[in-house]
Amino acid sequence: MSEGTSSNSSIRTALKRVRGLGASGSHATSDFWWQRVTAVGMLLLTVPVIIIVMMLLGRNQAGAGQILGTPVVALIMLLFVVASSWHMKIGMQVVIEDYIHGEKVKLVAILANNFFAIAVALASAYAIFKLSSGV
Amino acid sequence: MAMSIVHRVTGLALYFGTILLAWWLMAVASGPGAYAIFSGFIGSWIGRLIVFGYTWALMHHLLSGIRHFVWDLGYGFGPSEREGLTWAALIGGVVLTVLLWVLAYAFGGGR
Repeated sequence: MSEGTSSNSSIRTALKRVRGLGASGSHATSDFWWQRVTAVGMLLLTVPVIIIVMMLLGRNQAGAGQILGTPVVALIMLLFVVASSWHMKIGMQVVIEDYIHGEKVKLVAILANNFFAIAVALASAYAIFKLSSGV
Repeated sequence: MAMSIVHRVTGLALYFGTILLAWWLMAVASGPGAYAIFSGFIGSWIGRLIVFGYTWALMHHLLSGIRHFVWDLGYGFGPSEREGLTWAALIGGVVLTVLLWVLAYAFGGGR
């Protein structure tokens, strides 16, 4: 601490100057955290989702729609869809950043990743909402 | 170990596999015609093969994900522990996949 004050007349502390320049300045730590949160969420939802899928096997469209439109089933499926699309968006972002180094290609890949994850999430959520509203 | 890449590869497979999940939900919401097209694809041998692969990818990714949680919490770094966790994920993934498909055929007639 003391060697810094003699060479630098600024009253800003060393911490103030570096804060935000490390991992906390980007979305990296947030992504790391939410990857774990969504993973735990899906872990908790695994058994209910497997039960739902088993219930739906072999049913016709009307029967499957009726089960998927039930409030508890719809909520479990919504949670699973949100958690999985968020989780996979983060995972793909990590893979892109690890293997793609050309700036333009990386930008396009990250855009495509976001669009894909959002499209999957909204298509699934829309279908669940539609079945839930009984239209 | 090389198993770390399997976690990634199964993750990538599951990523594109969500197209099936979205298609399935949209097909149910769209009506009998759309659902028949979906069922026709899923019921075909290639469809079943894809869903079987998807089941394995999901089960393996889940178990090797738990392995990563153990490491996140600071445990399981010993040489034998690491090997043990990796083999547990590998064998457990196959066992769970077969178990789920047996259950699926038992309850839903495999349809």
